[in-house]
Order: sequence, then C-alpha cells, then structure tokens
Amino acid sequence: MSDYGSSLDKAREDFFAEAQELIDGLGRDVLALDARLKQNAPAHELINDVFRGVHTLKGLTGLFGATLMLSVSHELEDVLDDLRLGRLALSPEVLDIVFGAVELYGKLLIAERGQAPEPTGEVRALLNALGNAGVQGADARASPIARYELDPALLGVLTEYEEHRLRAAIESGAHLFKLRVTFSLMSIDTALEDLKQRARTYGEIITYLPSASATSGDDIELEVILASPDSAVTVADALADLSVAVEEIARAQPLPAPPRMGSRLSPTSSLLPPFADLVAPQGIDAPRDSLGPPSLALGASLRSVSQTVRVDIRKLDNLMNIVGELAIVRTSLLEVVERLRLRAGQREIATDLQRLHRAFERHLAKMQGGILEVRMVPLGQAFEKLARIVRQLSREHDKEVNLVVTGAETEIDKLIVEELSDPLMHMIRNSIDHAIESPHERARVGKPAAGTIVVNAYQKGNQVVIEVEDDGRGIDEDRVVASALRLGMITHDEARDLPRRDILSLLFRPGLTTRDAAGDTSGRGVGMDVVKTNIAKLGGIIDVSGESGIGTKITITMPITLAIIRVLMVSVAGRIYAVPLPAIEEAIAFDERLVRAYDGREVLTQRGATLPICRLRKLFGHDAAPALPTEPRGRAGFVVIASVGGRRAGFVVDKLLAHQDIVIKSLGKTLRGVRGFAGAAELGDQRVGLVVDMAQLIDDALDYSGVHHQPAGALS
Amino acid sequence: MLHVLVVEDSASMRGYIRAILEDAGGSDALGVCAVTLAPSGFEAMRQLPRRAFDLMITDINMTDINGLELIRFVRTSQHLMATPVVVISTQSSSQDVARAMALGADGFLAKPFNAEALRAACLCARAARGGG
Repeated sequence: MSDYGSSLDKAREDFFAEAQELIDGLGRDVLALDARLKQNAPAHELINDVFRGVHTLKGLTGLFGATLMLSVSHELEDVLDDLRLGRLALSPEVLDIVFGAVELYGKLLIAERGQAPEPTGEVRALLNALGNAGVQGADARASPIARYELDPALLGVLTEYEEHRLRAAIESGAHLFKLRVTFSLMSIDTALEDLKQRARTYGEIITYLPSASATSGDDIELEVILASPDSAVTVADALADLSVAVEEIARAQPLPAPPRMGSRLSPTSSLLPPFADLVAPQGIDAPRDSLGPPSLALGASLRSVSQTVRVDIRKLDNLMNIVGELAIVRTSLLEVVERLRLRAGQREIATDLQRLHRAFERHLAKMQGGILEVRMVPLGQAFEKLARIVRQLSREHDKEVNLVVTGAETEIDKLIVEELSDPLMHMIRNSIDHAIESPHERARVGKPAAGTIVVNAYQKGNQVVIEVEDDGRGIDEDRVVASALRLGMITHDEARDLPRRDILSLLFRPGLTTRDAAGDTSGRGVGMDVVKTNIAKLGGIIDVSGESGIGTKITITMPITLAIIRVLMVSVAGRIYAVPLPAIEEAIAFDERLVRAYDGREVLTQRGATLPICRLRKLFGHDAAPALPTEPRGRAGFVVIASVGGRRAGFVVDKLLAHQDIVIKSLGKTLRGVRGFAGAAELGDQRVGLVVDMAQLIDDALDYSGVHHQPAGALS
Repeated sequence: MLHVLVVEDSASMRGYIRAILEDAGGSDALGVCAVTLAPSGFEAMRQLPRRAFDLMITDINMTDINGLELIRFVRTSQHLMATPVVVISTQSSSQDVARAMALGADGFLAKPFNAEALRAACLCARAARGGG
C-alpha cells in the first residue's frame, strides 16, 4: 500500500492548507458575529460554527504537534463551548478576545511552518485573557426537556450542543415537530438542502435522525427534529410539496404559557390545542408509498457533499508549463505543414494536417484558459483580513472608521491574492494611523465623525484595479517636499517647480516620512517603498493621488494572473525579444549624438539625470548584423528605459513592436545558467522569442555597461 | 485485509487516519487496511450498504447526521449491527462520549492520538465484537 512516511507528509501539507482555511473561515464568522452582536440579532448558529472550527483546529493541531496552537485552541474551545451552551453571554469584551485569538492563529500557523519566530508572549497574554473570560455560573434550572414526551432514544443521540439548542428552543416557547421524510441516497444532498432552506424560515433544525428500520439500499428515511414557534398546520403547509410528514411532539401535560425570551416570532397560541385536532392521523402515519423520494435531480449521479478538490498551485504551474511546451510543438508542426505544402503531390496531406493543426491550436487555447480559470480566486479573500484590521486599529486609536468594500468577487490569480494581503494591510494601517482624523478633529473641519475607507476592486481588461480611498486629511505636499529635501532626494531648485504627481511619487522612495514620530501601527520602518516593491514584484503598478484635507486614494493595478505576462516586443538585429511591461518606465527615440562616455560606460542625460545605457545588439552578440540606417537627425532605434527596485538603465533596441500577452515558458535545464533571460514564449506569429529578465540585465548594465557577455551570442 | 470506513469531517484528520491504517509497516494483528473515507454522516450512509466493512471509525461532532446518530443507525440496522465501531472525539465532550458508548460504540479514542493508540483501539473494538 502507500508509503507511510510520504502519506504523513501529505497529511501534514493537508494540515497546513486545512488549518489556513479554518482560520480564514473563523475570521469571516467572527466578523459576522460582530455584526450580529451590534444588531442584537440571534447568533447561536454562528457561535456554533466558530466553536466547530476551533474544535477541528484543536484536533488537528494536537495531531500535528503544533503545541502553541493546541494550547490556544484548548482554552478558546472552552470559552466558546460556554458561549454556545449559554453558560456565558456574548459581550464585546469576549468577542475582542476571540478576535485576538483568530489573529494570533494566523501568526502561529506561519510560525509553525518555520517562517517566523513563535509569538510566545502574545500566546501567554491571550491565554490569560481566555482564562479570565470566566463562566457566569452553570445553568442550574430544571431541564425543560422534561416537559415534552421525548423519546429517550432521541435524547440519547443528541450531542451536548444539540441538547442545549433543544432546551433553549423549548424555553423560548417553541413547539417541537418531528418531520419524517424519505430521500433517495442519490439525491439527498440537494433535496436535504431544499428542506433545510424551507424549514429554516419557520424555526431551527435541532438534528437529523436516520431511521434504520425503513431504509432500503437506495433510500434513507430521516426524522428531522424542528423547533418552531409556528403551529403544526403552518409547518405542514409550508413543507407540503416536499413530501414531508409533520408530527408535533406532544407535551407531557398542558402547561401555562412558557416564558418567551427574546422570541422574535410570537407563537400563534400559548396553549397548545389538542394534538389530534391539528394534525390528521393520516398525515402522521401516511403510507410509505406516498413518501417516495422527492422527484428532484433525476439522473443525478452519486456525488459527495463537497464538490471541490484542493490542488497545490505548483501542479497548475506545471500544467501551464506543459501547455507552453505544446505551444512550441504546435509551432514546429506548422513548419512541417509549410514544408509539405511546397512539395509536389503532398498538397492534400498538407491541407489535412493544417486542419488538424487548427483544431489543435483551438483546443490548446481552451486548455490554457481553463487552467487560468482554476487559478482564479475572489479578491475577497484578501479583503476579509482588512475588516479585522480596521476594527482592531480603530478601537486602539479611538477613531471611528467604516470600511466599505466593493468588488470583492473580482477574480485574480491565487498567488497574487496571497501576496496582496500584506501591502493592502499596510495601506489600511497608514490610512487609520495617519490619514483618518480623530472624531473631534473631524467635527472641527465639518466632516462626519466616522471616517470611511473605501476598498474598490474591478477588472479592467487583463488587469485588476484595486483602489483604497480614505476621507482623511490627505497628503501634506509641503511636508513631503521638506522631508525629501532633508534626505537629499531632491535639490532646492527641483523642489521649487516639482509637479504634483512627482511630489506624490516621492512617497514611494525609501526612508521618506511625513511624520516626526513613528506611530503605533505604521511608521515602524516599513514604508510605502516596500509596498511598492512588493507590488512591483508581482508585476503591478501603484499610484497615489489625493487632495490635502480631503483624502487620499491609492490605486493598485495588478495583472490578473502571473501565468500570463504583458510584454513589449522589441526587435534587435532582426530578432524579436519580449520585455515585461511592468519593468518599463518609458521608451524614447535614440539619438546617437547624445551619448556620452562617463566613468567608462555609455550614458544619456535624461531630464537632468544620468542614465546608463546598454546596446542590446552588442550585449546579445549581434554586432555583425547590418547597422540600422541612421535617420537624418542622427536618430537610430529606441531606448527602452527600465527600472527594477529603483535601479534604472536604458536599453537600445532597433524597433518597438506590439504589446502582447504571453505565457512564459522556462528555458529548460541546459539553458538555465544563461543570464538575462526569464524564459521563452510563443509570440503568436509562429515564432518563439526570448523573454528578457530586466532585473538581471539592469544589474549587468550598471556593472559593466556595454561589455559583451559570453552566453548571449549562443541564443540566436 | 480489513476494510475500514472512516467518517470524519476534517480532511487532514481523515488523511492522518488513512496514513496510519494503510501503513505497510504495521506489524500488529490489524495489518494493512483498506480505507474508505466519508466526510459526512450522509456519505457514510451511502458507503455502508456498498460493502461489508470490518470496522467503522467515526467522529461525533459533525453537522447534519452526527456520529451518535450514525452509531444508532448501525446498531439498529440488521445488516450492519455487528460492525465494530470506534469513536474519536475530544476529551472535553464527555457527555457525548458516554452517549456514544451507551449507543453501542466498542471503543473510544481521544484526539490527539498517535498511530499505536489508533491501531490498538481498532484491535480492541474488533475483539469486543468477537471479530478478531
């Protein structure tokens, strides 16, 4: 059978994935819980969801030896158990602790992977807080369950939680019903979901009991215990078309009206009318024939409850690579077609082959689209954490902040979502720490007391745009300029007539701050320059705009996927190269006469700054190719100005061709050592071109500009 | 080879149990097992009629059909009643465990557990049902 060690490794990988999912789910549930608490709405289902999440995490962390997470889970589970069993009331203070725990889980999981030190101090603080959360005293009242003629066999299969819910329902004056229904095992998932949805509007489902006696191989008979404030007639009517037999569970004896505690649906009658008058006997014990499986989902196959699979993204990368290789096979295939076509007597075969080739091309494109689609996840995943941050920081800073999120359903590459969380979080921290004023200050300038941060995302062609906009005090341009002067980033002359846009772009330079003292949450050394670098690594662009006193808007434009990149095609000595667009600042005409020698390398002066240049003809060993005809005023070719991580250089090319989206394909083992190229790509015109690695080329250009490099010539 | 049905709503817990039961290095009487996984009580009800399982391992706290209901189902169904059942749950839910045993579970294992404990619990449960 399978190898134990590797199965365990796989189980451990699954553990990380599942734990992350659980933590994300907890984050969502806790936020929803917060909203319910504010509206005074019932929250028992959510509390139980959170409990179950923590319960599962506890089991997992125990198995996989994550001891810190285990101890947090252990204490947290106790508090949540008290909450869900009604022994502890849900207060904002308790919820704060739960919020803190969910935050800490995220850090602990990272630490567990060995990617960060263990936050032992925070764990100790949380454990203390959980220990002090306390229980308000056990529920000592006589069990109201005794008032109902409950089958002891039913009680015997209820979990502690289900029993608690049953008790709570009876205390709130609800009636109990037994719904008997038969499902086909084939279609039970959808049919049960229908029943749940319908029943939920009338009350709470306590449990589902499969009945063994009446079950054939294909059917399953269920007894569903429903607690509802409505009458048997109402419930039976509501579920009539689902072939459900409704039976009210009788009370032991008529009782005065039970206390109605917070029941938003008032019962139709406090005294229960005689049971037999309400439900006709044939309704209770209807013949089994009439209880056939719901006629839903004919031909439905045997499906499991979950229709999703979890896939390591590297597997998708691998698939994408294969698609890239197939694309190159396709190109070669077309060459064969062309050769055949030229041969006498082979026309017919050539035409057939051409047709096959086209079909191949079409399916390949579909396959590529399919793989890309699998990688896509909603951006909402990155936004969920933001809501927690906003809640936490605004409380810490005594500021009121509303977070408005739109476009959370916008889809983007899974890898990008993961990497976006930190930059977004940093931007939100900046907004709350620096931009949004205190309620008092806001009142003084006539703004509403609560500040607003709007996060808006939308798709724009092959890109996703994310805007983070706040209505805070905006960016004080004078302070930005002053700070830049102090740091020597600009001269006094430049400062005098620096355009607005350029002033704002100074914000992304390392070290710049408009604050004198570092704030609690931002200004700890991670600046907007880091945000910009992280975004740029993913091929994204960041831009800031805003009005002093009115607000700030930061716009991030990301490629929709990392598997496809946008390039500018350039030609050098008749060969085509692809330059990734995010690395390009601009392209200008090249004028030979403006080239100067400086410090042993060729430079141009561009807007007062010295720009080292590198002639790609020379670098790639195409010196022997016929020179470009020089235009009348000394112009020949173009300079593509690229910048990566603040390092800039200009690259001289012959022609600028088109923009294109390409699937980048690695060069394979033999060429892995070649510097300056990120991979190869099919260019769409049946040719394969090399994709340059701008970061490496810039490094080389700055180190030994213009020096011919040995491997490049081997690539033509 | 013993056929084991594992009913558990956590994927990594399922994977962990499967790794232990399918371990070819296990030299005890349990040997290498064939494992069928069910992520929910309903899925278990689908799997149960398909083949005779030599053992069922189930969690208790699951949505919809919980582990207790599943045990009752097995114990009251003519074809399944002799199936040994091992319950896995956390120590904290003692009432749930007591109920499981009252319903006819043959063994209980508290999470977290290691490979030896799981294999031992399986063997004991089979012995208790007179299966081996």
